[in-house]
Amino acid sequence: MLRFFLKRVVLTLPTFFALMFVTFLMIRLVPGDPVEVRLGERGISPERHAELLREMGLDRPVWQQFADYVWGLFHGDFGVSIITKTPVVREFLTLFPATLELTLCAMIFAITLGIPAGVIAATRRGGIYDQTLMGLALTGYSMPIFWWGLLLILVMSNTLHLTPVSGRIDLIKYYFEPVTGFMLIDSLLSGQKGAFLDAVRHLILPTIVLGTVPLATVARMTRSAMLEVLGEDYVRTARAKGLTWRRIIGLHALRNALIPVVTVIGLQIGTLLAGAVLTETIFSWPGVGKWLVESIARRDYPALQGGIMLISSIVILCNVIVDVLYGLINPRIRHAH
Amino acid sequence: MPTDTTMGQARSQPTPPGPLLAFWRSFRENRGAVLGLTIVAVIVFVAVFAPLLAPYSPSEQFRGSTKLPPFWVIGSDPRFILGTDAVGRDMLSRLIYGSRVSLFIGLSVMVVSMVVGVALGLAAAWFGGIVDVIILRIMDLIMSIPSLVLAILIIAVIGPNLTNTIVAVTIVGLPRYVRLVRASAISELSKDYVIGAKVAGNGPFRLMMVTILPNCMAPLIVQAALGLSDAILEAAGLGFLGLGAQPPVPEWGAMLADSRDLMLSHPWVMALPGIAILTTVLAINLMGDGLRDALDPRLKRS
Repeated sequence: MLRFFLKRVVLTLPTFFALMFVTFLMIRLVPGDPVEVRLGERGISPERHAELLREMGLDRPVWQQFADYVWGLFHGDFGVSIITKTPVVREFLTLFPATLELTLCAMIFAITLGIPAGVIAATRRGGIYDQTLMGLALTGYSMPIFWWGLLLILVMSNTLHLTPVSGRIDLIKYYFEPVTGFMLIDSLLSGQKGAFLDAVRHLILPTIVLGTVPLATVARMTRSAMLEVLGEDYVRTARAKGLTWRRIIGLHALRNALIPVVTVIGLQIGTLLAGAVLTETIFSWPGVGKWLVESIARRDYPALQGGIMLISSIVILCNVIVDVLYGLINPRIRHAH
Repeated sequence: MPTDTTMGQARSQPTPPGPLLAFWRSFRENRGAVLGLTIVAVIVFVAVFAPLLAPYSPSEQFRGSTKLPPFWVIGSDPRFILGTDAVGRDMLSRLIYGSRVSLFIGLSVMVVSMVVGVALGLAAAWFGGIVDVIILRIMDLIMSIPSLVLAILIIAVIGPNLTNTIVAVTIVGLPRYVRLVRASAISELSKDYVIGAKVAGNGPFRLMMVTILPNCMAPLIVQAALGLSDAILEAAGLGFLGLGAQPPVPEWGAMLADSRDLMLSHPWVMALPGIAILTTVLAINLMGDGLRDALDPRLKRS
């Protein structure tokens, strides 16, 4: 087990290294003067320019610059934002909980609806439930989520007035210092009446929008995994033993069908963090995705560089954890190769 | 096969249908897939004949007739069936021309991904060793960065426009093609017919292109269909963020982004491009599911 774990971790090291190289390369490839790109200022005097060039180490050989960059990364130096002049890490860490909260809620939404939908479709294969559910799943899978978000705002917020349009909480009614960064927890901790419910109301639409594609994927995966498992011998044995259909599905089939589904769910986390870019933009959700898009508009390349490095590292780590967990529950994977 | 002389007894049996016919029979059984194919055919027709079908130019502005509603809403103008946008451009014409943009992006991404994916995948499978490792590591890296974030990174460096959208979306989707081709090529490489062709004196290029590649085509075609819809969705997402095709190109995602200010007062300006994207992507996915079931029984979902 330890061997498998170590091997998996070692395998990601080249990817990490390449990621550092790509983000290092990215800021160098941006057209324009290197100092101006990094400071976001124009018309710097030649003397100041030369001084800055030396200060930032840009006059040194490229490989040394790369070594400096990697050294910085290992010491938590992900650059400084041009606009806010604060370290990128700090900015990222204040925004990331918002993205994580949204991603987790979307994931829970997708799992709690997707797995039952897949099971229902599989057990009633070819029937009207199956066809309807799978039709809906394919529609969800094909959904341009930015449009879906706007549509939901139009119907739910502006016509029916059920949910707020944007943000994480009503800042006029409620204010409290962030403790964990998770609005659901912070609003409870604040003890302010109604704050938690307001946070929940703000979360509903973004959760649905971000969760739609994973919901469709989970439903489709669960269905096909269930169909495969239902044809297995042990399911036939269970039926022959006279177990109830409910017990066969719940106890025998589902548990085995869930193995590939769990992996897909784990690997969806990366896709979700990316999907959060669009969702956060639509709902003005103060998370990492919206911040990245705004960094492009503001030409804040250091923020972009550090932000991409951080978010990609998190995705790589998530994938490693999923792989290791998968190895834990499925010995066949562990002993492969 | 008529050239098969070793199996004389097969002659007496009815000839099996050719691969194309067999494929079509299998595909036809799937009603959803046929529906998808029909819609895709209509969209392709619209895109090809856009100048003939569109009543106006997509960028022509009718000053006196801005924000007109579509025909089912009171106050519509019969000249503009689907209404006009904020600056008085005909929505129908823009949607029709938009199909060209989306299909152009999607097909370009698909073709480039196929060519590059096949080349890299075959190279990885054939050379193995260090070449294989390098190609796989690069693909791992691409996959480790969330797709939209990677596209944003690429666009940040090369700038937002139509061509760069194609570049970014291609790079993002490339690993799936490479891995697919590599995996199927490796499984074919050790088979007897390949060894036979090698012994017969075929060079590596011929072996890869003529002997192995056709046997990897089925999953590749399925991937291409699903990749096409992904590419259209991703390009529209970039357009929506203002990082794709720039105005006045009538790109559906960008049209949606433009409509955000009008959304509450004139919802159809927002609704129509979204319906266009959803219909196109859904039709291609329906078709892709049918292709998969017909071409590649191993991947069959049901």
